[in-house]
Amino acid sequence: MSLAAALGSRRDLGGKCLVPYLTGGFGDWTTMLGAAADAGADAIEVGIPFSDPVMDGPVIQEASSRALAEGTTPASVLDALARIDLGVPLAVMTYVNLVYRFGYERFARTAAASSVAAAILPDLPLEECGEWSEVADAAGVETVMLAAPTASDDRLDRVVARSRGFVYAVGLLGITGERDELASSAKVIAGRARERTELPVLVGVGISTPAQAVEVCEVADGVVIGSVIVRRALETGSPDAVGELVGTFRDALDRG
Amino acid sequence: MGTPGSDGRFGDFGGSFVPETLVPALQELDAAFRGAWSDAAFRAELDDLLSGYAGRPSPLTECHRLGAELGCRLLLKREDLNHTGSHKINNVLGQALLARRMGKRRLVAETGAGQHGVATATAAALMGMDCLVFMGEVDMERQALNVFRMRLLGAQVTPALSGSRTLKDAVNEAMRYWVSAVEDTHYCLGSVMGPHPYPWMVREFHRVIGTETAEQCAALLGSEHPTGRPDLVVACVGGGSNAAGIFSGFAEDDDVELIGVEPAGGAAVGHGIPGIVHGMRSYLVQDEFGQVLEAESISAGLDYPGVGPEHAHLSASGRASYEPVSDQEVVDAFVLLSRTEGIIPALESAHAIAWVARERERLAGRTVVVNLSGRGDKDVAQMMEILGDRL
Ligand SMILES: Cc1ncc(COP(=O)(O)O)c(C=O)c1O
Repeated sequence: MSLAAALGSRRDLGGKCLVPYLTGGFGDWTTMLGAAADAGADAIEVGIPFSDPVMDGPVIQEASSRALAEGTTPASVLDALARIDLGVPLAVMTYVNLVYRFGYERFARTAAASSVAAAILPDLPLEECGEWSEVADAAGVETVMLAAPTASDDRLDRVVARSRGFVYAVGLLGITGERDELASSAKVIAGRARERTELPVLVGVGISTPAQAVEVCEVADGVVIGSVIVRRALETGSPDAVGELVGTFRDALDRG
Repeated sequence: MGTPGSDGRFGDFGGSFVPETLVPALQELDAAFRGAWSDAAFRAELDDLLSGYAGRPSPLTECHRLGAELGCRLLLKREDLNHTGSHKINNVLGQALLARRMGKRRLVAETGAGQHGVATATAAALMGMDCLVFMGEVDMERQALNVFRMRLLGAQVTPALSGSRTLKDAVNEAMRYWVSAVEDTHYCLGSVMGPHPYPWMVREFHRVIGTETAEQCAALLGSEHPTGRPDLVVACVGGGSNAAGIFSGFAEDDDVELIGVEPAGGAAVGHGIPGIVHGMRSYLVQDEFGQVLEAESISAGLDYPGVGPEHAHLSASGRASYEPVSDQEVVDAFVLLSRTEGIIPALESAHAIAWVARERERLAGRTVVVNLSGRGDKDVAQMMEILGDRL
């Protein structure tokens, strides 16, 4: 199933979309993905670890280095994803050099063959994404674009037009990591993006508690939650604990 | 070495591969630099600072004793004599003026050896701006003196604790910080690397090295040398800013050979494969999967797995050559220049000297300009450990 279809149907039924992020390749990660799906995730974002993740804060950096130390490679993550069926679509999130080195076209075809629905490449902005987007479109991989608070209206128009699957609204000026409060920029960027697109608009970066998720979903169609989940995975190593945490977000969003 | 378009390409290399949050800031920087660089008042203000504050023009020194020993005519462009001890001040004064013109009140920088950090802290002090410098934890130990200098100048120095804890990680931390503070902060990048417009802008701020050297060579060599130009221009390459600066004075003269000298343990052009990191497509030392590898060099300032995209292009197009030297050759060159000319070079600059010393046979009778990018004061403690017993 495509990301756009899965998230769109949740929204059309009046619900809010929940997309947890987990770093691929450390500990019992595939079981964790299953636990997140069972706990009510609408889709899951799987990180392919990179040595120099510039959009990520300390928690996801730590998970990435652990995964790399365990010998994780782009191919090993994609292989593992090809062998599981969680019943929800998967998006891979990674940095462009791993994809470039793999070969854009080969990566897009391998991802599609591994039942990966979508790709998120935070260091491949609009101006540079042409070559990749073309082969991804052809292979049927949805390329999710990021909409940042710093974008002008005109830029935002072009970003959402190029996005597939959903629009990833960056909730704040900063990198991934937990924050005590919802940034004031989160609802603003969600609203600006929603005015411009039929795609679901999900806010990510800095969404750390169920209450923050509910608050931002007054405007947004859903949330991506990363560091808070990965921290739980790092601290406990337990798929059940990850599932339980995803469940608390699911419940909160369902209650509204 | 001309002006790239708004896509920031040098042949197949360059570009602007950055998080979406930064794209508008980089576009604003591109526009601001284009405006400033064609504004005579901005250029005049920068020229005044370069002469009245940094001490330019830097001399071109003829090395009679070392030249005789090596069998070539050897000229050193003395960037070591600039205020703060290296070429880095040229770029930093330009960027700080530009940041002020753009209404930014804080400079953030990465540093390896600490020379760029010291230069940035200096410019910030001069212009009354805040300054935050990221430096790999390993480098903070190797270059403790420069850490203290930066703090003395009022900068905040923050260790980069991730990855290899050297220059590449300091760049990551500076970029992460900039993503969160882009509205009032200018990222004062220290070499001809990173996303557009940095590789071009930083090269332009260092063009003064090449322009002066070409004039000085014409004056010195004019009567006896048919072209008034040297046969070779040699510079060390980390990110490649001092090399880009001096190359820019000679790139259009096909009779001048351009040589970039890389550390053997971080030879991005030599061993590198095209890759995309730190906002640019360039040669990159990486594994088969695209994970960036740690560079290993005796000099913290060259400990970088990438290289500026214009150097990748100069290499691919055959205009310049890039050759490695070993740490041992560098140590020997450090001593050699100190003993024969009374000039203690920075370990980075000693790479260029090391190449000339090793290649003496092919250089016999020729005229060679070496960019002496910095002085060795910062390296003396480290060299005391390495050389202590030998001297
Ligand atoms: C004296 C000196 N030379 C050279 C370099 C390397 O930088 P680049 O290759 O940009 O000139 C450094 C960097 O710290 C330096 O301090």
